[in-house]
Amino acid sequence: MKEHLTILLVDDDQDFIEQMRYMLETAGHKVYSAPGREKAMEALEGLKPDIAVIDLMMDRNDDGFVLAYRIKKMYPEVPVIMVTAVTSETGIDFGSSSDTGGWMRADALLQKPVRFEQLDATMRRLLNG
Amino acid sequence: MADEVILKLLVVDDEAGMRMGIRRALRGFQTETDDTGMMVKLSVDEAESGEQAIEVIQSSPPDIVLLDHRMGGITGIDVLNWMEKHSPDVIAIMITAYASLENAISATKKGAFDFLPKPFTPAELKVAVRQAVKHVLALREARDLAEEKKRVRFQFISVLAHELKAPLGAIEGYLYLLQDGTALKNPETLTRVVERSLIRLQGMRKLIFDLLDLTRIESGEKKRELAPVDIAAAAVTSRETMLPDAVARGITITLDSPEELFMTGDRGEIEIILNNLISNAVKYNRDNGKVTVKLSESPDEVMMTVSDTGIGMSEEERERLFGEFVRIKNDKTRNILGSGLGLNIVKRIAALYNGSVSVESTPDVGSTFSVVLKKQLEQVEQPKVP
Repeated sequence: MKEHLTILLVDDDQDFIEQMRYMLETAGHKVYSAPGREKAMEALEGLKPDIAVIDLMMDRNDDGFVLAYRIKKMYPEVPVIMVTAVTSETGIDFGSSSDTGGWMRADALLQKPVRFEQLDATMRRLLNG
Repeated sequence: MADEVILKLLVVDDEAGMRMGIRRALRGFQTETDDTGMMVKLSVDEAESGEQAIEVIQSSPPDIVLLDHRMGGITGIDVLNWMEKHSPDVIAIMITAYASLENAISATKKGAFDFLPKPFTPAELKVAVRQAVKHVLALREARDLAEEKKRVRFQFISVLAHELKAPLGAIEGYLYLLQDGTALKNPETLTRVVERSLIRLQGMRKLIFDLLDLTRIESGEKKRELAPVDIAAAAVTSRETMLPDAVARGITITLDSPEELFMTGDRGEIEIILNNLISNAVKYNRDNGKVTVKLSESPDEVMMTVSDTGIGMSEEERERLFGEFVRIKNDKTRNILGSGLGLNIVKRIAALYNGSVSVESTPDVGSTFSVVLKKQLEQVEQPKVP
């Protein structure tokens, strides 16, 4: 994994963006953030991130899925980490890859709140793997 | 054309002539429901013994069974006993040649809906079947309503859980930053972490309070204390409550009101309306904007109008505004916290006063919310649970 990554961070929760940005920038990475799907798509026109971290439910409940799908279509090799606080409500076992592998274009799923160690370990696994 | 529903009726009798007679009497049977105007028709099936009846009920459950009391082999009462255990939703009408009080009592004790003594005329048969049809439809409606209530409740709780988890997650995230230690070294970051955590906690508290208001109104359990309320005085208090937030952003709140304006109501409810409207007018305003609260009256109504010079909203946004957990999300509102319940509560309270809530809005110019309430409450509707 490169020491300094370019990371696209998409979430409509301002506090999540602030926290992630703080942690990732402290670790030496470059962070681009967007508060929603449309702004993220705009950002992606001039940016190819090393990795994307996106929230599942934004303005619309499926924004995260749609965005992940678009990112994978533009840049199949860019890993996408999906972040959510809604695991229990959806009734889907996001943790098991067999459950999500078929239809969700994400490489990993993390539950909010996200610990930096957890995010760091996931990024390393996806980028080194 | 009215909706049509076909109910299944099973005739159980060991006499072929009786089965045929019933079938003939019910040919072309149709009845219209009183309330929905739905046309009900029957599809008639037959069984020539109790054993066969049980088979049919298992394989293709009917809605109504016309059940002969006395048959060779399994009797009508045996079938009824079986139905009570295995198909309690199927309505039974007992047919018996031995019309005695005893038979009637034993059949109805076993759960028969009605009984029909032999010999009966086609008209008597139709009356009994029509009653049974009504009963089936009433049961269906009650079941559908219970299902719908369950679904709405589940949906509400799912959204609520999400709305409560979001601030918890944010605060937890900030605490992790502090635990990590690096954030502590930078006073600016530290201040920001504390500030944002407090804002999210306040948002959460507001959500919980709004939720309690909503639950009280919905359940109708809150004791409403109806008395003369001076809404002009209530508006003064409400303005003072919101003033610190307004002053911090250079927003003025002007009150245009008679000295006194009385109506009969629950002071707490009137305060909730004013607080929600004025607080929204401040929150969704631009810095250095204006909020105008205008109170007026007609002989039987009071009107509260709250205008702001804020971000306004589109027509599509305006249509969704009064639902539960509706927050207009766009770039302009991203940093404004709210429970998404406030206007829904205002609307529900207004309904308690036979009143209404309306909004006019222009994007980037501002919004005006108007609440009209009846001054007297002789014909107050009870709150409806959705």
